[in-house]
Amino acid sequence: MRVPLSWLREYVDIDMPLNELADRMTYAGLEVESIENVGEHWDRDKIVVGQIVEVCRHPDADRLTIAVVDSGTGTPEAVVTGAPNIHAGDHGQKVVLARTGATLVDGHSAEFRMIKLKPTKIRGVLSAGMVCSEKELGLSDEHEGILLLEDDAPVGTPLQDYLGDTILDIDLTPNLGRCLSIIGVAREVAALTGAKLRLSEPRMQGTGPSISDQVRIEIADTDLCSRYTASLVRGVQIGPSPAWMQRRLRMAGMRPINNIVDVTNYVMLEWGQPLHAFDYDSLRGTPPDAVPTIVVRRALPGERITTLDGVERQLDPQVLLITDGGGPIGIAGVMGGRETEISQETRNVLLESANFDNLNNRRTSEMLKLPSEASLRFGRGLPAEMSILALQRASDMMRELAGGQIAQGIVDNYPVHPAERAISLRATEVKRLLGIDISRARLTEILESLGFICAPDDDPMTVRVTVPFFRQDVEIIPDLIEEVARVVGYDKIPNTLMSSELPAQRRNLSLEGEEHVRDVLVACGLSEVITYSLTNLDSVSRLDPSRGLPDPSSFVRIANPLTSDREYLRQTLMNSMLEVVRANLRFLDRVMTFEVARVYLPQAGQELPDEPRRLCLAMTGRRYPLSWTAANEGLLDYYDLKGVIETLCRRLGAANASFEPAEHPVYERGRAAALVIGGARVGLLGEVHSQVRDAFDLPAQAVCLAELSMEGLLGATPSERHFQPVSRFPATSRDLALVLEEQISSQRVHDVITEAAGRLLQSLELFDIYRGQPVPEGHKSLAFRLTYQDMERTLTDGEIDQIQARVRRDLERDLHAQVRS
Amino acid sequence: MLEKLHRLEQDAIEELRLVLTKEGLEPWRVKYLGRKGALTGLLREIGSLPAEQRPALGQESNRLKAALEQAYAIRLEAFAEEELRRTQQQAFDVTLPGRPALPGSLHVSTQILREIYTIFAGMGFQVVETPEVETDTTNFQLLNIPPYHPARDMWSTFHTTQTGVLLRTHTSPGQIHAMRRYCPEPIRVILPGKCYRYEQVTARHEHMFYQVEGLAVGRQVTMGDLKGVLASFARQMFGPDRRVRFRASYFPFTEPSAEMDIDCGLCEGQGCRVCKGSGWLEILGAGMVHPQVLQNGGYDPEIYSGFAFGMGSERVAMLKYGIDDIRHFFANDLRFLQQFG
Repeated sequence: MRVPLSWLREYVDIDMPLNELADRMTYAGLEVESIENVGEHWDRDKIVVGQIVEVCRHPDADRLTIAVVDSGTGTPEAVVTGAPNIHAGDHGQKVVLARTGATLVDGHSAEFRMIKLKPTKIRGVLSAGMVCSEKELGLSDEHEGILLLEDDAPVGTPLQDYLGDTILDIDLTPNLGRCLSIIGVAREVAALTGAKLRLSEPRMQGTGPSISDQVRIEIADTDLCSRYTASLVRGVQIGPSPAWMQRRLRMAGMRPINNIVDVTNYVMLEWGQPLHAFDYDSLRGTPPDAVPTIVVRRALPGERITTLDGVERQLDPQVLLITDGGGPIGIAGVMGGRETEISQETRNVLLESANFDNLNNRRTSEMLKLPSEASLRFGRGLPAEMSILALQRASDMMRELAGGQIAQGIVDNYPVHPAERAISLRATEVKRLLGIDISRARLTEILESLGFICAPDDDPMTVRVTVPFFRQDVEIIPDLIEEVARVVGYDKIPNTLMSSELPAQRRNLSLEGEEHVRDVLVACGLSEVITYSLTNLDSVSRLDPSRGLPDPSSFVRIANPLTSDREYLRQTLMNSMLEVVRANLRFLDRVMTFEVARVYLPQAGQELPDEPRRLCLAMTGRRYPLSWTAANEGLLDYYDLKGVIETLCRRLGAANASFEPAEHPVYERGRAAALVIGGARVGLLGEVHSQVRDAFDLPAQAVCLAELSMEGLLGATPSERHFQPVSRFPATSRDLALVLEEQISSQRVHDVITEAAGRLLQSLELFDIYRGQPVPEGHKSLAFRLTYQDMERTLTDGEIDQIQARVRRDLERDLHAQVRS
Repeated sequence: MLEKLHRLEQDAIEELRLVLTKEGLEPWRVKYLGRKGALTGLLREIGSLPAEQRPALGQESNRLKAALEQAYAIRLEAFAEEELRRTQQQAFDVTLPGRPALPGSLHVSTQILREIYTIFAGMGFQVVETPEVETDTTNFQLLNIPPYHPARDMWSTFHTTQTGVLLRTHTSPGQIHAMRRYCPEPIRVILPGKCYRYEQVTARHEHMFYQVEGLAVGRQVTMGDLKGVLASFARQMFGPDRRVRFRASYFPFTEPSAEMDIDCGLCEGQGCRVCKGSGWLEILGAGMVHPQVLQNGGYDPEIYSGFAFGMGSERVAMLKYGIDDIRHFFANDLRFLQQFG
């Protein structure tokens, strides 16, 4: 809401510096977003009010004239102008004179540009300055003619004093509908500063024949229209509204149209009540000798209306209409109809000031995508009492500004009166919620300043508060307490430490586990990323190029996506992760990333999807950053990724994790494995299939990817861990080299050795793999180091030899390995 | 005997010539000059010879001992010199880059969330998580926001194709979940998580972001407590000298409602472009839980009161680290993310 200070001052005095006022308003919930000074750049001695003494023709140009302007200096100045709205022979008009050196907006430039006025000769005539248009003064884009001021404008006065103003731009929360008006803001300012609100009830002078014989109002749907008032102004002359009114409308952000429409907008800005003016003579469908009748009703099936903006609109039966005998003439509280629009020919005006249901009004303006100043106000909710105040104010202004005669009386159809609301407020309740003591007297003082009517209760701690009509938003005790707190100032409530009972403290082990996973992966060198939950099926389908798009119905789908690439809630993190890898490879040659996030799986028979967490890892590029110390060749591969996942399992205490060969379209055949913990598959890891790599535009190098179930990982983590004693006795190591067939997995060898060696085997490390001479074709040589240790004593060579013999025997027997020691 | 001495001398000199390392010298010294060495052995033999032969042999053996000792010393010095020369050639450059340790980094959003958890844990608040896909009922209606309510304009919503199911626009529905889970116990929880808004992505708005909701319910929870807890949070998060202010505001599910601002760290409250000249930056919305919402959660508002607050954690990070564009957060450029390692 843009509030010109000059307008606000009509209702309340402002004695404090503007910044302080803005602060107080902001603290009280009327956030002053900006303070705009109109005419701030108007030099006081160079831009002044002038009066035209005479206008002569320019000797050398038909389209130019020379205006002689008196600006109170004693010597009138001659300026050349091309303005079409002054003519040779004119005199007496009040204009804005800018002298040489004045800063003005360049009137000829399409973009906003400031220029300094220089003395110029125009077609041989020296011009001492210029008479200005609104555009040149920065008041509007109007540059057709020069600005003509009112006749009483004081000659010689700096324009800043005459037209300068300050606009407070206030950001209003949805509950502050009452402040979508100058008077509403003035009431707040009065309460916050202690100044008095100057407000008298508007009156209108009805002198014409009674309205009741000229129009009838019927409300068919009283649930959506609690009151409808109307007045009739006959014999108006349509024309522009006065300059002061146009100026205020513009400062408040509205465009002047004509005196009748401008009055409805002006009064709406002033009181907050939207009004609508119909051309009385355009009302249709009145039988001969009958009185025109306005019916307020819901739309009929299939009904249509062409609104003021020229658009024909299809209505549904929840839309509330204003109708005459010929059908709809307006969408209630949203926009009027074309048929009865005020035009240059309008002579008789039927003025509407009504009250419509706010939720229905919002529904209609949302459905028709037709936001308006009217529905902004109706949508927030208006008091029915306001209708008649605004109606009288506007009718009288029309009479004053457009001439004509107001019909006597008002049609006031008021089927639903709101109940008076009274609330008992106990000081102890204020204390309970705010934590501060405020006396009954002070409570009364604060609430009365806001217009509440207070009466003492029998209980000395209690005030009986009657809510005034303009404070419909106040319904319950905490609403009143907020009013008190706002006026006292939130800063006056002392900060306290909580004294209420401390709840039972509970750890969130699931979150702790998740954070532990993050820490381990960061320590392993991976960087965390966070990608969007919303994805598109095209991206998902790239994970399996051999098949088409996945079935959209298996996803949670957004009904109103921002863009088509964010339309579905994801069920995997892999596609987003590959996109992140791709983006980062543009700048980096080594990418190691992970993400922990939810996926969204629809559940049969459930309204809401399941939201399990997934862990996704990706690694590609150089194994080590370029450095003088390290091997500078070598790219990350499957075993780097597997090493990270092994470390993760170890850190989480998932001792029984193992890896099994697996297949999945994302992965290259034979280069993928399933992580199995306690017999259950937790997820897959592997090198991305070359076709998938191509689909994501990734380079031809190993891209390692894994997606694991967080629930699976953390579920396998023991909730309790036990201390493992450490042996004091020396350990003995033996190396074992064996040649076996290529297809025997290292896991099998590992299992045979572990089984055969028994409990004294402390660790088993594979430290070499060799293929080639003298190892036969189709075979490989593996070298293991076995370390033995006992808790109780030093092992003898003899004992270890025995175990080694057993190991050797089992390897030969079970795997046909040739063992060399 | 004399001949034995001469052979010993020859052998020793020859063997010394073949010693190529400094380490090889010591075995040679032990062999020839040691207490149980070859020379000592011969001297012992001379002691057992007749007295008249001894002086000449003694003289000769003394010469031999001095000669071997001298040869040893020369050799030792040569090795020492060579070693020195070698070290000088291979200069040890202490300024060479070290071998890189290669840790990864936590996402800046995760780091800020952890800081928030830690600060609130210190005041007795625990973390509870609730769903991201919600019903209209929980996201709006139980929070006093019926369909078409004017306040709905505050949250542009992603709806799903299933009527009444949406992506949560804020973490506030977590208040309802927490109250229903813990009623009638007192509550102090924070509810973090992703939220979604139907908003064009700009420098200041993302369609997905993290929010952290806070909720305290008990028998004597006051607005003073709300201010105390949040002011303490702000000082712990942004620094002990930072000032905060509370302004009246509006949320349908709190009454009274407030917003908390922190003084602009960039201009120290003087007013600049970032704070739009006001000297203050908004960081969170808060208020006393509306009686109807308490009731919806199962608590009797005549007995219990509570406060709630909600903040965008990316916004907290932006203020704390001077990040000027929220789009950095989910663009996942590692050159950005690794700055916060």
